[in-house]
Amino acid sequence: MYKRIAFTVNGKAYNFEVDVRESLLDVLRSHLGFTGAKQGCGVGECGACSVLIDGVPTDTCIYLAVWADGKEIRTIEGVAEKNGELSEVQKAFVDEGAVQCGFCTPGLVLTTTALKESGKDYTREELKRELSGHLCRCTGYQNILKAAEKSLEGHVCTCVDSPHYKGE
Amino acid sequence: MYDIKGYYDAETVSEATALLAENPNLKIIAGGTDVLIKMHGGQLEDAELLSLRKIKSLEKIDLADDGTIVIGAMATFSMVFHNTILKDLIPILTEAAISMGGPQIRNIATIGGNVCNGATSADSASSLFALNAQLKLESKNGERVVPIREFYLGPGKVAINPGEILTEVRIAPEDYKGFAGHYIKFAMREAMDIATLGVAVVCKVQGGSFEEVRIGLGVAGPTPLRCLEAEEYAKGKKISSDTLAEIGKLAVKSTKARTSWRASKEYREHLVEELTQRALKTAVVSAGGAEVV
Amino acid sequence: MAYTVVGKSVRRVDAVAKVTGKAKYTDDFSERNMLVGKILHSPYAHALVKSIDVSKAKALPGVEAVLTYKDLPDIRYATAIPGIIEAIATDDVTVAELKYGTAGHPYSLEENHRDKEDRNILTRKARFVGDNIAAVVAVDDLTASKALKLIEVEYEELEVLTSTDAALKEGAPLIHDDCEGNILSSHGYEIGNLEEALQESDHVIEGEYETSIVQHCHLENQVSHAYVDSDRRIVIMTSTQIPHIVRRIVAQSLGISWGRVRVIKPYIGGGFGNKQDVCIEPLNAAMSLAVGGRPVRLELSREEAMIDTRTRHAFKFKIRTGINNDGKINGIHISAVSNTGAYASHGHSIASSGGGKFRYLYPTKALKYDPITVYTNLPVAGAMRGYGTPQIFFAFESHIEDIAKKLNLDPIEIRKKNVVKEGHVDPLSKNTIRSCSIRECIDKGRELIKWDAKKALYKNQTGDIRRGLGMACFSYASGTYPVALELAGARIVMNQDGSVQLQLGATEIGQGSDTVFAQMVSEVLGIPMYMVHVISTQDTDITPFDTGSYASRQTYVSGMAVEKAALEVKKKVLAFASSMTDIPAHLLDLKEQSVVFKDSGEKVLGLEVVAMQSYYDRVNAEPITSDVSNNARINAIPFGVTFTEVEVDMKTGKIKILEIYNVHDSGKIVNPLLAEGQVHGGVSMAIGYALSEQLLFDEKTGKPLNNNLLDYKLPTIMDTPDIGAAFVEKEDPTGPFGVKSLGEPPIVSPAPAIRNAVLDATEVAFNRIPMNPQRVFEKFKEKGLI
Repeated sequence: MYKRIAFTVNGKAYNFEVDVRESLLDVLRSHLGFTGAKQGCGVGECGACSVLIDGVPTDTCIYLAVWADGKEIRTIEGVAEKNGELSEVQKAFVDEGAVQCGFCTPGLVLTTTALKESGKDYTREELKRELSGHLCRCTGYQNILKAAEKSLEGHVCTCVDSPHYKGE
Repeated sequence: MYDIKGYYDAETVSEATALLAENPNLKIIAGGTDVLIKMHGGQLEDAELLSLRKIKSLEKIDLADDGTIVIGAMATFSMVFHNTILKDLIPILTEAAISMGGPQIRNIATIGGNVCNGATSADSASSLFALNAQLKLESKNGERVVPIREFYLGPGKVAINPGEILTEVRIAPEDYKGFAGHYIKFAMREAMDIATLGVAVVCKVQGGSFEEVRIGLGVAGPTPLRCLEAEEYAKGKKISSDTLAEIGKLAVKSTKARTSWRASKEYREHLVEELTQRALKTAVVSAGGAEVV
Repeated sequence: MAYTVVGKSVRRVDAVAKVTGKAKYTDDFSERNMLVGKILHSPYAHALVKSIDVSKAKALPGVEAVLTYKDLPDIRYATAIPGIIEAIATDDVTVAELKYGTAGHPYSLEENHRDKEDRNILTRKARFVGDNIAAVVAVDDLTASKALKLIEVEYEELEVLTSTDAALKEGAPLIHDDCEGNILSSHGYEIGNLEEALQESDHVIEGEYETSIVQHCHLENQVSHAYVDSDRRIVIMTSTQIPHIVRRIVAQSLGISWGRVRVIKPYIGGGFGNKQDVCIEPLNAAMSLAVGGRPVRLELSREEAMIDTRTRHAFKFKIRTGINNDGKINGIHISAVSNTGAYASHGHSIASSGGGKFRYLYPTKALKYDPITVYTNLPVAGAMRGYGTPQIFFAFESHIEDIAKKLNLDPIEIRKKNVVKEGHVDPLSKNTIRSCSIRECIDKGRELIKWDAKKALYKNQTGDIRRGLGMACFSYASGTYPVALELAGARIVMNQDGSVQLQLGATEIGQGSDTVFAQMVSEVLGIPMYMVHVISTQDTDITPFDTGSYASRQTYVSGMAVEKAALEVKKKVLAFASSMTDIPAHLLDLKEQSVVFKDSGEKVLGLEVVAMQSYYDRVNAEPITSDVSNNARINAIPFGVTFTEVEVDMKTGKIKILEIYNVHDSGKIVNPLLAEGQVHGGVSMAIGYALSEQLLFDEKTGKPLNNNLLDYKLPTIMDTPDIGAAFVEKEDPTGPFGVKSLGEPPIVSPAPAIRNAVLDATEVAFNRIPMNPQRVFEKFKEKGLI
């Protein structure tokens, strides 16, 4: 069974028929060549396949491709500037040593990008919570957190009681 | 690829109930975080799916004129967590919402799906039990409202009839006004985990005594449950560490915990006793009572 | 020594590729219309296949081939696949019967030094739940999955042995017919006279300790693609740490000559030892051969990968230690039982290696190590970060803490009294401790955590929340010398502009080796990092020979090859410059992209001038390259320590780490930022090992209970505390630029340190990990604390 869907990936419009059995991850990787989204578990437990759908971090392995109809999708391939310059978030991940094997990196860069672009303030605990849907086995998360903090510079509040969420 | 034989979208509730009436084999899919994972695990094959994702009216979270809180079944956990009405009036639900999975899961998983999946570990369940939530079910032939305690029948089994769709979760004003509460999710990890035990309590405090206490537990039995004996005992009791200790002990009596590889019955019961007290201690302070030491 | 690039936190050479999604991993190279392979796993832990009927599966539209243990493509005979592979075999063993070993060890010319060959590509006898009985190749994954369900297998169930106790019991069925008593090996060692040493001691103290089965959980599951190329060779792209060894083992598994296999390794999403093994490639090759050489993709799901690749061996230890009143250890006796699961894989090497590396920390008059490695009907245990040391150090560093407590000795002083000193020569390996800063590491850790102040503060706690401090030490090695071959290769080609390509047999698996090798080349040749182009992909057709990434050997062993290759290029550049200028080469040096006078630093020629001349001089043109191998017949011993502070909830049994520091003596640190990253990752993994991770099985059936990332509790970012990494840098005279190993060491000592901190906080000794809340509850209950 096929359904026609129209959506954009990194600003470029697509309009074609997808097999209803396919996940968005299948379509992005196999049909469109956006291989930056990785499959680590297939069930939304690791976050390696996350992309931004209408700006919201979403696991594409458990998101049917048909649901992408009408959505704006952003993948890791669409984060850097058109001229190739890295985004602030990408630079932070490079500079802080937040990258090791790199398999979790695209998802984490995208989630951090969404946090940065939200313009909201976060406590450190909130930031950790927002990143907690991404498993990483290489870094112990230390430099990832540093990179996220650097990306959100000026928006990481050290107040004990944040307006958004009461800490531990 | 998922083992999907057919896929249908509904854009309104009536369209959905009509489709369901036509084809009783349709499996409803909301956020997909349970249904697709079942497919991945091979527990669901050759599925014909009816998606509610396009029914935007079901995402609304509202406060009705009579003070009833109305949560659309398709509201995601992120929507629940960020909703200011819920945060102000029933924070035990928003606390439960933020404790669920990780951000990406919360961004698509819905409260309706969480309830209909029928798991005792559903993160929303203990709070909804403590809040006496009512569930609105709609079908082609009409609608009915069921108290959540009557909805959970057994592991993975809920009282939804063929042709019915859960459309709203409602909380009546008398069930939350004047109450304060607290939610504790006890799990092996601080994120991306299912609860070893979920404890939600609400209480009303009057002059150093409990006017009313309600205790909802998840994973303390095959379905989420309430601790009625403990609640009854608490009524009118002076708030003290002894009272709390007794409530904790009585709470265990309502449980039907079992031993699994995740935790033993004995340990779960111990946690019920301990965490009910801890949750109440915090709730008492939020309700304007004095700190129990 | 003062260096320009070595020792600096330069950015990773692959960082930009990885943050932009440009870094390609195996599955990112999928070809259009690639077929999909899937495996039929045994649902029984111990069973014989009585009959197997694949006719229904074969009849399913979209199924291209079904393979079983009795029906594997045999390409050694001309009749098998005409035109695809030439006949090469003359013996009468079928491929289905060929047995091979899977461990990623260098081949040995001595037969008795080789790994046990106990595996078939597909098996007639299931030895664990998940064993490979049959396989399907189909047009897509869904068709392949449906076909698997159509394969009808009749099993004869055998007695299931899920514990080493059951497997060792008299009369237990044999998991492998040729292995008496299910004991793979019991080779150990003895130094000195143990009984004499124990008798001389003021005290003999005993203890028992136990570790559990855990899994690597690299984010990228095992995945490979295989096809037959136009040269009729089998080409496999795979996520591996050991491309050259994969080549050999695939050839062995198919009974063909090694040159007929080509293995390509692109970026890989973590390995941690699990990809120092050959898990899926032989079957993937067989799948392609079964469909006439067409490309087939074989990717394990997470659920498959967690049981059908490798795990870390669970160990049980019994220790007896003879010690004097002053804390001096005279003799140690360690007995160990290691559970290797259904197949040997790295087998007894894990127990041996752990016992070998342990020896360096506390030299004693007498030391006896009695390990046995036992087959059971559980998933196969293999290499995992630490390779036997997380187990033995958990046991001994817990034990020495118990001794200190019993004898009322200071836990830090007792260790300081017994740790090794520089100049010590290990009596068995003959490796010499040429650098050792363990004492300085201990002092630094003590200071970082404010040990003394907090110790005083936490005396006599009684509340529901209690805090405690703990520490533990370790020793490791840099590579496997003298146990195995330590050969590494590097090749450098200088371009016309003086930049270079660096080709390596060593594999980047996330640890940062490509970057530190580039730093070494940059240092030697006096060129900036951007002029060193590391070819990160290994291709056995092109890449210099190196046995791969394991044993924390890269910076030390492969680094020697890189330094050697760079020095050769340097020598050639200076010789060429000398021929151009008539200045004797020994007066010249390389600095800032130039040939300079060694003494004054005055520029003689731009490097690009020499490079151009080397390419285009009508008479003397000879582009500058080097292609070296280095056989490291030496080792350097790294050391380190963990200090941690924990908080224990006495009512719920939850343990929270408040602070944790790892201090390492790894010689010179080539790149501090990357080195810290190694420490963070290792400590985080060790925290999971100590507190939450365990692969669980039904005791009766051997069925896995939690082989997914939700139920297997590896730490999330919310569960990971701030991790402190520190180094005591002292150059080791043997290592390139003074380095010693660092990749695995961070995982060794945190678990016992955490355990010791919990003991400090609660007075309860946990001798089994993980210390998850359920276990803590049970123990507290037993002790009357709850």
